[in-house]
Amino acid sequence: MSLHVGLYHFLVVSAILFSLGIYAVISRKNAIMVLMGIELILNAANINFIAFARFGIMNLSGQVVAVFVIILAAAEAAVLLAIVLNIYQQLNTVNVDEVDKLKN
Amino acid sequence: MQYQFLGIGYLTWITFLPIVGMIVVLLIPRGNTNSMKWIALAVTVLQLVVAGLIWMNFKPGLTGINDPNGFQFIEKTKWIDLQGVAWFGRVSIDYFLGIDGLSLPMIVLTALISFVGVIASWNINKSQKGYFALYLLLDTGMMGVFVALDMFLFYVFWEIMLLPMYFLIGIWGGPRREYAAIKFFLYTLLGSVLILLVMLALYFSVSIKDPATGQMMHTFDMLAMMNPQNYDPNSLLGGIGTYWRYVAFIALFIGFAIKVPIFPFHTWLPDAHVEAPTAISVILAGVLLKMGTYGLLRISFPIFPDAMLKFAYPLAILGFINIVYGALCAMAQTDFKKMIAYSSISHMGVVLLGISALNSQGMAGGVFQMFNHGVVTAMLFLIVGVIYDRAHTRDMNAFGGLANQMPVYFGIMTVAFFAAIGLPGLNEFVSEFLSYLGAFAAYRWVAIFSSIGIVLTAGYMLWALQRVFLGQLPDKWKGLPDINGRELVALVPLMVVVILLGVLPSIMLHPMNATLNHLVSFVHSVGTGMSAAR
Amino acid sequence: MASMESLLIHLSLAVLFLPLAGFLLLIFFGKRIPRQDLIETGLLFVALAISVFIMVQKVFFMSVPRIDLTFRWLDLGAVFGYPGLTIDLGIAIDNITAIMLVVVTLISSLVHLFSLGYMEGDVRYTRYYAYLGFFSFSMLGIVLSNNLLMMYGFWELVGISSYLLIGHWYEKKSASDAGKKAFIVNRIGDVGFFIGIMIVFTQLHTFLLTKVFGGIAAGHLSGPLLTAAGILIFCGAVGKSAQFPLHVWLPDAMEGPTPVSALIHAATMVAAGVYLVARVYPMLTAGALTVIAYIGAITAFLAATIAITQNDIKKVLAYSTVSQLGYMVMALGVGAFSAGFFHLVTHAAFKAGLFLGSGSVIFAMHHEQDMRKMGGLRKKMPITYWSFVIFSLSISGIPLTSGFLSKDSILAGSLAYGILTGNYLIPIIGYAVVFLTAAYMFRLIIMTFHGEPRDHHAYEHAKESPKVMTIPLMVLAALSIFVFYSFNPLNPDDGWFLKAVTQPASVVPAAQSYGFNQPVNLSVADSAQGGTSLAGASFVEQPAVPTPEYHEVMEEVHYPGLVVSLTLALLGIFMAFFVYEWKKLDAEKLKQRVLPVYNFLYNKWYFDELYGATAVAGTVILSKSLAWFDSHVIDGVVNGAASLTRLSSRLSGQFDHYVVDGLVNFSAWFTGLLGRGARKVQTGKVQTYIVFALLGVIVIFYVFRQF
Repeated sequence: MSLHVGLYHFLVVSAILFSLGIYAVISRKNAIMVLMGIELILNAANINFIAFARFGIMNLSGQVVAVFVIILAAAEAAVLLAIVLNIYQQLNTVNVDEVDKLKN
Repeated sequence: MQYQFLGIGYLTWITFLPIVGMIVVLLIPRGNTNSMKWIALAVTVLQLVVAGLIWMNFKPGLTGINDPNGFQFIEKTKWIDLQGVAWFGRVSIDYFLGIDGLSLPMIVLTALISFVGVIASWNINKSQKGYFALYLLLDTGMMGVFVALDMFLFYVFWEIMLLPMYFLIGIWGGPRREYAAIKFFLYTLLGSVLILLVMLALYFSVSIKDPATGQMMHTFDMLAMMNPQNYDPNSLLGGIGTYWRYVAFIALFIGFAIKVPIFPFHTWLPDAHVEAPTAISVILAGVLLKMGTYGLLRISFPIFPDAMLKFAYPLAILGFINIVYGALCAMAQTDFKKMIAYSSISHMGVVLLGISALNSQGMAGGVFQMFNHGVVTAMLFLIVGVIYDRAHTRDMNAFGGLANQMPVYFGIMTVAFFAAIGLPGLNEFVSEFLSYLGAFAAYRWVAIFSSIGIVLTAGYMLWALQRVFLGQLPDKWKGLPDINGRELVALVPLMVVVILLGVLPSIMLHPMNATLNHLVSFVHSVGTGMSAAR
Repeated sequence: MASMESLLIHLSLAVLFLPLAGFLLLIFFGKRIPRQDLIETGLLFVALAISVFIMVQKVFFMSVPRIDLTFRWLDLGAVFGYPGLTIDLGIAIDNITAIMLVVVTLISSLVHLFSLGYMEGDVRYTRYYAYLGFFSFSMLGIVLSNNLLMMYGFWELVGISSYLLIGHWYEKKSASDAGKKAFIVNRIGDVGFFIGIMIVFTQLHTFLLTKVFGGIAAGHLSGPLLTAAGILIFCGAVGKSAQFPLHVWLPDAMEGPTPVSALIHAATMVAAGVYLVARVYPMLTAGALTVIAYIGAITAFLAATIAITQNDIKKVLAYSTVSQLGYMVMALGVGAFSAGFFHLVTHAAFKAGLFLGSGSVIFAMHHEQDMRKMGGLRKKMPITYWSFVIFSLSISGIPLTSGFLSKDSILAGSLAYGILTGNYLIPIIGYAVVFLTAAYMFRLIIMTFHGEPRDHHAYEHAKESPKVMTIPLMVLAALSIFVFYSFNPLNPDDGWFLKAVTQPASVVPAAQSYGFNQPVNLSVADSAQGGTSLAGASFVEQPAVPTPEYHEVMEEVHYPGLVVSLTLALLGIFMAFFVYEWKKLDAEKLKQRVLPVYNFLYNKWYFDELYGATAVAGTVILSKSLAWFDSHVIDGVVNGAASLTRLSSRLSGQFDHYVVDGLVNFSAWFTGLLGRGARKVQTGKVQTYIVFALLGVIVIFYVFRQF
């Protein structure tokens, strides 16, 4: 049996990764965990871009977008971690459910 | 045009002078009440001067009524001309003013009474600005009714006068002023609606040739409405003596009857008079009531001569009812003002009796009575105003013996009362006499029964005179001062007119004659000629 | 117009306007002029002088029967149905007018003079004189008018001046009541007059008497309508001359000052009714004249019976006046035209004298009018007493007096009428009244002047009145002597008066006039018409020519009638002396014996009560109930319509509130409900949103799975 790794396999991995990310975003109360879920989703997307760049018609542009995503994810993570740190310093929690100062 | 000042015709001047005055009054700062009064007075004096000019330049002997060449001081321009308004077709309304022998006495009367009314308003002590502004607006409305020859214009003026009257009674009136004002307003509005309906029906029934384009078009021109040839044969009011013409006549009649007021539409009058301030009562009785009969003579009679001939007899009977019923009701009153209000009803019955006779004597008497009643009732209301200002009551039984306390007042009052009784040598005698004479020639028994009114009038007037002026003076009125200069200025001109016209009635009758005779023969010839023709 | 005629007619205008000038002067400048009373009195005497001049000129030196001065008052122009409608007015002088001018100005000026004393110190002295002037003006206006309209006008003015003068002391309720009653009762008569005028004008289109007569002569007004017109015009006279059934105002009018009673309510104004009938005499049909005769006779009798029971001196004289006016009216009714007018003139003199005499007595007694408190005044007031006697003799019809002459003519005329027509009731009443008149007049004299004084205090203070009051009495007493009217004390026919005052010929159709007074000149009048024109301008009144039959009867009855009337008068005087002077018969006992009759007469036949209960109360109740009807029913309908509108508006308001607005509110509420449910989903948690977003994506995928 020959193990041919094609587009399909990449997409499956990406989908699993995406679902795990979504799951993390939805179910975790801890802001850090939610952040990690978002990173998973972004990486799932990156795998898709790379896979389409290799097997599909996107060519180089797929790799370029992936690089952009990585850069944006880094920037986003930096900002988000700063916010979460500040929230923790202010409110002594990183639980997203308890951070409802804007409500009421 | 001949009779102009600054390029504007006399009639426009006399009608819109008060509006100018109103604007000036509105521009004056609130506190400056004295200048408001003086401006109102100046405007009415000017108006009186213009009325005098019109009087002097009026040529007696011209006919008028349906004859455009018989009118004088004519001003005619297009006012509203819309080409094709939805289903209405072309709407063309003229600014059409003109007077004949029927309007002349009314114009003079309006100018005179407006002038007297301002003097009587001198001691209004509540929001004078609004009062005088509304007063002057009212003045324009009244004058406009008497000079308008386009029916739409007539209706506009008719309504203009209604609103200020409502506020003047409703704000400056007595304790039940709101009730009286609303009653007056709604009642008159009901009449206006009927007039409006008939006006529209006439509009759609009458077609004339547009002199400019030669096309046929509808018109509001009253003179055109008087010509039977102008009616479309198939329109609602076309034809002669048709059902709808009678309906229209009755509707129009009710509209005007409310204003006169004719029994049984008269009950707004006592309330309105009792609650209105003196000057407004004077205007109301002096001028507004005349609009009803003026409307009958200017519109109902010549436009519906066929219906008029048919309803002349019932009209005379209504006149009789007004005379006797009004006099009997007046006899039962203890409120001085209410008594005079009912006496107005009685005296307006004489007008109705005279004009319904449809002959020369009756018509002359009826129209003359309109003028005379205006002057005499104005005097009577001023007289009540004088006593009310001092004693703050109008209950006749509360008085007595004022003749000694206020001798000058008593003297003037005697003249007014005797005029109302119809004493020879005073103006109402002449007009009542002619009215009865005319009615007698036409409807003998109605005139005979109506003459009961002569006795009844003497009865309630003398009784009132006795209760207020004769007998012993109650102690609480010992301090009442006699009539003052301002009140004399209001009363003396009226008194002069009362006596002058009593001795020389031809001063007033002469300019009226040609028009009234023409009206009589017009109604007879067109009314019967129309029915004979078909 | 000849110059003398022109002068006379313009002088008569001066007579007319002099009193008016006085009135205006006093009303406007009264207090500022010294002795205003003298000005007014002087003006009247000037008017008197002019009037005498006019009369002498007219009656003795002029052949023209009448002088007219007409002007066009109103011109109603060309009228539908007529060629032209005009109203002409004017004045005219004929013999009757000239004589009346003198009568009015004479009595008026004497009364002015008398009032100087009587009214001295009155609160409204100036106004009193002003009103007197105004009255004189109006009365002269009636006399001078040559047309019905002006006559009616002045008629009313006279009524109003009478109203003002009766109510001169208006602080007293009875005085102001009396004035009002006088005016209103007169007005009732005037309405009849008014309708009569309307009939005449409607048929003939003129008010000028000559043209009216011309039109009637030409046959433009005849039949029952003519009779009706005559009776209706007579209604005016019924009111003013206080004839039955409108006589009730005159006794009450005695509330006015006594000189006023003398002038207005005895001599002039009340005689205006008689004057009016005399003026329209040619147009009265036999039917109308019969009514007039009966009304006069009834009045004469009625008033005389009442007079005999009254105790107020002025009331007796008032009823006496009513009775004498009844005589005059009766005389005109029976066709004794000249006699009736003659009596008017003589009566004016002696009745004015009686009233002024009673005024003198009242003045002396400090305004006491009850005869039962007088007595014995003869010695204190000789001038008043003797003049009073002359007046009483004259009114009773004793020879050598003026009253005898006129009354005798009336009685002869009524007797002739009775014989010729068979109506004997009228002469019988006439003679009965002679007896009653003599009786009540001498009862008055005896109770007032004879016997012992009953009120000693008042008697002590009584004294003869001042000169200004006695001179008028003496003048009037002199004028009550026969010589001024005829030199033959027994028969006035040859005197200047009856020669001057001739009966005008009737213009009514022959079938409608008395048989003995046929309109002989009908054809003359007719030809004067010129055919088509309605009223002939050239119509001239003609003296009536009685039939020979009438002459004959008059000759026959004159002396027998004279004897009968004289006997009755003397009997009346004797009765008065018998009961009141010699007291052979106790008046009190007599009264008790006929108490019901006495009460009936004393209460004036209960006329006031009757009218009060019917006409007056009826009118008051009618007016009250109509006022109630007006404010409750008619206004109730109006207010009802208003409340109905308000009710329906309230109902529609409720509908609007609950149904229309309810639907709107319900939809809003329902939306809110939905919103509340949906809000549950809005948690504010990003994670929840993502779940929903995912679900949505899944759904979309499911839906579009086939693409």
